Amino acid sequence: MPKKTLTFALMDAPYESANLTTAFRILDAAARRGHNINVFAYEGAAALAFTRQSPHPNPVHGKNVAEENHPTTKDQVTALLAVAAKNGGKVDWVNCGMCVDERGVNEFVPGTRRGSPADFQVFTDSSDNTLVIPTK
Amino acid sequence: MNNYLLIESRDPFESNDVGYYYELSKGLVEAGNEVTLFLVQNGVLAARPSAHSVALSALCQSGVKVLTDDFSLRERGISKLAEGIVAAPIDVIVDHLAAGHKTLWH
Repeated sequence: MPKKTLTFALMDAPYESANLTTAFRILDAAARRGHNINVFAYEGAAALAFTRQSPHPNPVHGKNVAEENHPTTKDQVTALLAVAAKNGGKVDWVNCGMCVDERGVNEFVPGTRRGSPADFQVFTDSSDNTLVIPTK
Repeated sequence: MNNYLLIESRDPFESNDVGYYYELSKGLVEAGNEVTLFLVQNGVLAARPSAHSVALSALCQSGVKVLTDDFSLRERGISKLAEGIVAAPIDVIVDHLAAGHKTLWH
């Protein structure tokens, strides 16, 4: 299938919902197929690319940081960008500006940017398709 | 005729909204559209042979293509599916999006 441009709106905050696990799986599949991807990270999802996230040990299970191998969404975003680039696709990841200001998460991993809901409209207007994954 | 992909992430044992979503898929088929219902996350719990799987099997018979996310099934230890329901990879969603099908998430 020829390369398409797909837009995704995410709303769930990190570490709270299975929606994000599924969302990253869909994004990964799209990136591996070389599609161009737009992501509008809205509300809680604006913290997905926050750089100050850090993995932690699990003292209850007696595991250090390496053994726990705790995933962070900022690393998942970075990995998505890398997979897309490797397969010839582009990712335009926009973090909602008001959302990041409200939450104090205005430091993003490289390759993502600050924006507004207006970017989502531009995305949808210029995409082949859009999937909105709302909070429950 | 339009093509629709309806993604159901909720468990019908937990949310009564799920039944309305099943009805939506049936109504779209009856209106002459092609509809795929993709179950994911706790939505796959209804794919086990159970009280709620009867509704899904009926959807299959009415012309709705019912797929379940293979990863969600493995996470929940589900290996046996009710009649008409088929396991599928998450790539199916990307294929539908790339094909321009109308895609909704619930």
